[in-house]
Amino acid sequence: MGFLDRFFKEPSWGVHPDDHKRPAADAPLRILPTPERVYMPLSQHVGGAARPIVVVGQKVLKGQLLADAQGNISAPIHAPVSGTVFSIGDVTAPHASGLPFRAITIESDGQDRWIDTELVADPFALAPEDIARKAAAAGVVGLGGATFPSAVKFALGKRLKVETLIVNGGECEPYLSSDDRIMRDFADQVVDGVRLVMHAIGAKEALVGIEDNKPEAIAAMRKAAASFSEVKICPVPTRYPMGSDKQLIQTLTGKEVPSNARAAEVGVLVHNVSTCAAVHKAVRLGQPLVERIVTLNGGAIATPGNIYAPLGTLVTDLLAFVGLKGEPARLILGGPMMGTPLAHDRIPLVKGASGILAFNAAEAATPEAGPCIRCGTCADACPMGLLPMEMAAHIRVEDFEGAESYALGDCISCGCCAYVCPSHIPLVQYFSYAKGEMMAAERVKLRTDATKRLAEARTARIEREKQEKAEAAARRKAEKEAAAAAKAAAAKAPAKDSGQAQGETV
Amino acid sequence: MLTALLVMTAVALVLGALLGYASLKFKVEGDPLVEKIDAILPQTQCGQCGFPGCRPYATAIASGEADINQCPPGGEEGIRKLADLLGREFKSLSEEHGVEKPKSVAVIDENTCIGCTLCIQACPVDAIVGAAKQLHTVVAGECTGCELCVAPCPVDCIAMEPIVDTLDTWKWRYPVIQIKQAA
Repeated sequence: MGFLDRFFKEPSWGVHPDDHKRPAADAPLRILPTPERVYMPLSQHVGGAARPIVVVGQKVLKGQLLADAQGNISAPIHAPVSGTVFSIGDVTAPHASGLPFRAITIESDGQDRWIDTELVADPFALAPEDIARKAAAAGVVGLGGATFPSAVKFALGKRLKVETLIVNGGECEPYLSSDDRIMRDFADQVVDGVRLVMHAIGAKEALVGIEDNKPEAIAAMRKAAASFSEVKICPVPTRYPMGSDKQLIQTLTGKEVPSNARAAEVGVLVHNVSTCAAVHKAVRLGQPLVERIVTLNGGAIATPGNIYAPLGTLVTDLLAFVGLKGEPARLILGGPMMGTPLAHDRIPLVKGASGILAFNAAEAATPEAGPCIRCGTCADACPMGLLPMEMAAHIRVEDFEGAESYALGDCISCGCCAYVCPSHIPLVQYFSYAKGEMMAAERVKLRTDATKRLAEARTARIEREKQEKAEAAARRKAEKEAAAAAKAAAAKAPAKDSGQAQGETV
Repeated sequence: MLTALLVMTAVALVLGALLGYASLKFKVEGDPLVEKIDAILPQTQCGQCGFPGCRPYATAIASGEADINQCPPGGEEGIRKLADLLGREFKSLSEEHGVEKPKSVAVIDENTCIGCTLCIQACPVDAIVGAAKQLHTVVAGECTGCELCVAPCPVDCIAMEPIVDTLDTWKWRYPVIQIKQAA
């Protein structure tokens, strides 16, 4: 990593798995017929869940606001089909836990009628803030998988005066080709979106990084960007995880994002190609993010390819559309390296879902793990330059601080280490486990500190009340005594007075 | 001879004065050991250890009045940490003080609550809000699950509900590796 990379075309980090992208990537884009029902989850993004603003039974049009953003980091949710709100309840989340989360169910009327959208003829005349505002209102989030609200990132880029926009067309995960397809079929939209994002953050140039295993996409993008000199199409070597922001930034600009820092701090901002296309639709056409291209691939699928589908479509409906060769042995949301295993297929499509993989038994087979032979292959493969075998050794004995001292926090969970391990040790699974435990410990610590403060506040309050009571009692006693004394004095005084009177009379 | 005595006495006096000054200047307020023990205790404030809260128990452990295995909410892990800190042997949880239970929060049945304020007075962290003859409710985020409010309730309307995993708190489990069978 680093110095030696200058002498080699290929980066020294990462792995080069068999990409399995074709024939799915070459199959023409198909449009999914509107499903009967869609299930639109309220949290499809990083940050606070959206707050529903529709009621059950309400008629909605395609693109109508269903749930509003809540909090600083959040995104709104819009109706992906026209129809009736059927229910607001729990569905299984596309998450490894298989736990439920809230979603709005819409029964389609089959007409797919859009709400009135506001077309903008010249969005470059708008203020950068307006572009961010329109993207936020359209619910645009990072479609590469991170699902971070895009408008928040625009504001960050503007504040930190980012010069270079990096557009991520890497799509390094095997099997996936949704970004490839969007660049081939909608290159003009992508390039226009790139220019809009540049306008929003005030960047001078945009570098579109595309892995060189997608020559058709590179050609289409070059054609679309031909008249815009500020948008440069840069083919990058095919190497997993090239689509990870830190690796792409390093390959394109030579800058390394420091540990615990954001990309914006080295003067670049990364957005995915699909996000740029969504920004184009949001700003120029006024259309909110309600549909996306999703790759359906894997050995169990009869006609693998890319599907243009409304968000909230159940995986069942998608699988029925492409046909299954047999019962899939494993369902994965996203890519095979970093994707999320799905417990079953009654799970809705979300904004960040770039692919649904249905693996047959041969693809899903997990080799048995053996002992670590200290070969160091994982350290060579790690794109972050970490020592996976050392971290795993610490985690195995529950020594999380030890693992952290080897910079576990910098691990991007790309899975290269586990992929290359000749002993098939589930290294990245160890790291996920350790990160979860450390986050839980952090939460517990915050909580106990808060509780301690509460308990101390209560003790102080009781103490104060006791003191106040004692003081009040003392005051009452003093008043009583004073009153008694006054009474006594009053009783004495007439006697004295009479004495005086007597004296006077004498 | 006399010079030597004088010099030694002077040195002793100077050093003694220095030590005396240092002991006043750098005096440690409170017992740092108590802080360290208190940081390990779960801050449930339940009093199952026989002391009126976590801090008094920490003080008692530090002064040797209490044993390290009297805290059921802290569980085995807590005892292990205390044993590490104090350089003592690990011992299992003392049964007379209770058993380790899953983390839970108190929930008030709103249909039954009569608004007597007894639970409010019992709560060690002021996590119950309400007033006389008004419905009471538990601030779930602040409830420590100490169960101290359950017994005083005259109408038995408080139940302890275990905390379930949510998408935000769920975490990956330890990967189970099947070791290859030797042929």
